[in-house]
Amino acid sequence: MSTAILPPARGVPAKSVATPDGRPERRVAETGVWITIGTISMSFAALTSALVVRQSSAPDWQHLQLPALLYVNTLVLLGSSMTLESFRRRGGSFGLHATLLLGLLFLAGQVLAWRQLAAHNLGLATGPSSAFFYVFTVLHAMHVLGGLGGLGLVERRLAAGGLSATTSKAAALYWHFMAVLWLYLLALLTLRG
Amino acid sequence: MTHSAATVQSPPQSFLRRHVFSVDHKVIGRQYLDLALVAVVTGMVLSWIMRFHLGWPDTPVPGLGKIAPTGAAGGVITPEYYLALMTMHGTIMVFFVLTTAPFAGFGNFFLPIHIGAEDMAFPRINMTSFWVTLVAFLVLMAAFFVGDGPPLSGWTAYAPLSAVGKDAGPGQGAGQTLWAVSIAIFCVAQLLGSLNFIATTLDLRTRGMSLARLPFATWAWFITSVIALIAFAVLLPACILLILDRVAGTSFFIPAGLVISDRLQEHAGGSPLLWQHLFWFFGHPEVYIAILPGFGIVSQILPVFARKPLLGPRVFVACLIAIAFLSYTVWGHHMFLSGMNPLSATLFSVPTLVITIPAAIITLLWIGTIYGSRLRLTAASLFALGFVSVFVSGGLSGFFLAQPATDIYLHGTYFVVAHFHFVMGVAAMFGIFAATYFWFPKMFGRMMNETLGKWHFWLTFIGVYCVFMPMHYLGLAGNVRRYSAFTDDYLQPLIPLHRFITIAALFTGAVQLIFFFNLVRSRLRGPAAPANPWEATTLEWSTSSPPPHDNFGGHPPVVTHGPDEFGAAGVRDYVMQAEPQ
Repeated sequence: MSTAILPPARGVPAKSVATPDGRPERRVAETGVWITIGTISMSFAALTSALVVRQSSAPDWQHLQLPALLYVNTLVLLGSSMTLESFRRRGGSFGLHATLLLGLLFLAGQVLAWRQLAAHNLGLATGPSSAFFYVFTVLHAMHVLGGLGGLGLVERRLAAGGLSATTSKAAALYWHFMAVLWLYLLALLTLRG
Repeated sequence: MTHSAATVQSPPQSFLRRHVFSVDHKVIGRQYLDLALVAVVTGMVLSWIMRFHLGWPDTPVPGLGKIAPTGAAGGVITPEYYLALMTMHGTIMVFFVLTTAPFAGFGNFFLPIHIGAEDMAFPRINMTSFWVTLVAFLVLMAAFFVGDGPPLSGWTAYAPLSAVGKDAGPGQGAGQTLWAVSIAIFCVAQLLGSLNFIATTLDLRTRGMSLARLPFATWAWFITSVIALIAFAVLLPACILLILDRVAGTSFFIPAGLVISDRLQEHAGGSPLLWQHLFWFFGHPEVYIAILPGFGIVSQILPVFARKPLLGPRVFVACLIAIAFLSYTVWGHHMFLSGMNPLSATLFSVPTLVITIPAAIITLLWIGTIYGSRLRLTAASLFALGFVSVFVSGGLSGFFLAQPATDIYLHGTYFVVAHFHFVMGVAAMFGIFAATYFWFPKMFGRMMNETLGKWHFWLTFIGVYCVFMPMHYLGLAGNVRRYSAFTDDYLQPLIPLHRFITIAALFTGAVQLIFFFNLVRSRLRGPAAPANPWEATTLEWSTSSPPPHDNFGGHPPVVTHGPDEFGAAGVRDYVMQAEPQ
């Protein structure tokens, strides 16, 4: 039975759009990233509530002065979001490469910030505020690393000439979320950390 | 990332790709079920050892002394080893059976077929989620073989006991660390699995498969995966914090001034209650992760055998959503004993009572569905009815536990053991059995033996009531739980009842041999199954038994009917979902 002669069926997923061969293109990558964003948000919300409870449960909390380098890293990460947008709007591969580079630079900057803290004898087990600082920033860095892996996939698809709009949008969604999450963490750690 | 189902083509040829590292959701579903089978046998054997000890505390278990020379020297288990067995029994059953089988197992196999898809949205992530689950299981099992054995802090792993390390007792060193690592890995696997379920249901439905036409089991798997996504996203960071407390010297959960085994712990300022909050924020929804797939399975099976549509299908779905939402507002009812403010206790008590309303409505829908029908009694429909029975029995005791005033007396007793085993353990197991008898012909292309199935049902049904009903009485009589023996105290008069329960448990366990025999024999020698042996309507019954690699042989179905159109006039009393209008 040819699907072409059928009337449009009720309840066909709204996100489907027909591709040239008549099959609906499914935007599963975008859906998957939205769900991932929901999950990561939930995990960091749980850790935030843990921070609030831990802070109020005992008088041993001492405010952690964040290394100034973190603000530079913030600019680097925000810059990488912009270069990724420019890649999506203008094409070419420069924007994508710049994003990958800035992403790696951000991670290197974070490692440097951890080393600065360690040089001041502020380790994971030093106190509750430093423990939460490391948990939040390391988990965020691991997610950024995952994002770089995703961008690597975009790069490979682009080189092979098979990059679809939905893949590139999904990767961008995730990457921008990393920047948003970082801004949130920075605010949390500055105000409550 | 975008390895979507549309790119899955012909079946792979190599043995490894077809049967081991397969990306086919049907193979992955069966792998989950196989893992659950291994896990459930392990968990059941552990419960037998515990039950035997509770009935005859001084009698050695033959051979146990050799297997566990420190925990059970001479075959008689120590109180610490009893707790270790209890911890492993609970952890294995809750995570690797009740989550793995009805949700990941049957869900993986049937959700894509139910919606007319060729595979899951992310087949490789799907395969990864199974193998990660297996790693989690092996890490947990390793606790039996390292150091001084498995942990003894229960499946809830309350801090500070779970957080301080080996000073806290045998198994609290390496064993407890393995436990925390295993559960963290399990969380990752379930998050990947849930991601797949949600994306698949949202994006891969075939033409005409509107949400209103979604089969009820798939509705339940979909809502369960939303619950799981939120719940495991909280347990994962909680486990990370626990691991850090254990291995990195942090103090998230360990308070100041704690002296354990005459040693002052070098931690300070942590909050043990924080662990309880994080754990139960996951833990209570986990109850629904275990039971909601059973709701879906029963709602799918009863109409088929009653030859009537499910009463109030939209109400059913609305109730599932209500339960999912409310399941996140009730976790504090596990913590009434923690010394919480009475106002907080009341605030947790009210939604706990409210959540019984959608659950009760669903039960009434099932009863209303079979009311006045000529129910075809098969092993599948009997187990579905049994599900309703044990769920109601377990649910009723929930009213007493939902209220702080009565819970404070009952919480530490066997009353709670009876409650959660009925409502979560046995009910979910009945759901698994119903699903097995119902879907086995589709999964393996062979029919199961109905006579053996009915014997299995009746003996199991009687058995579980004999095991768990008397535990309510034990609890009301003040019989505390988690103790290994009651030989020399005020509970001694209850020992005969403990012996009765032990005999019933051994009997119920032995009855499962009928099931295993039926499973193996039907797999090898069962009569060939037709495409639609139960005269059912959903899409899996439109394709061959077992379904081909891409589920529908290259012709994705077009759906024109609802999921349970029974009672039609004509030659047949049912209309299949993919039948032309």
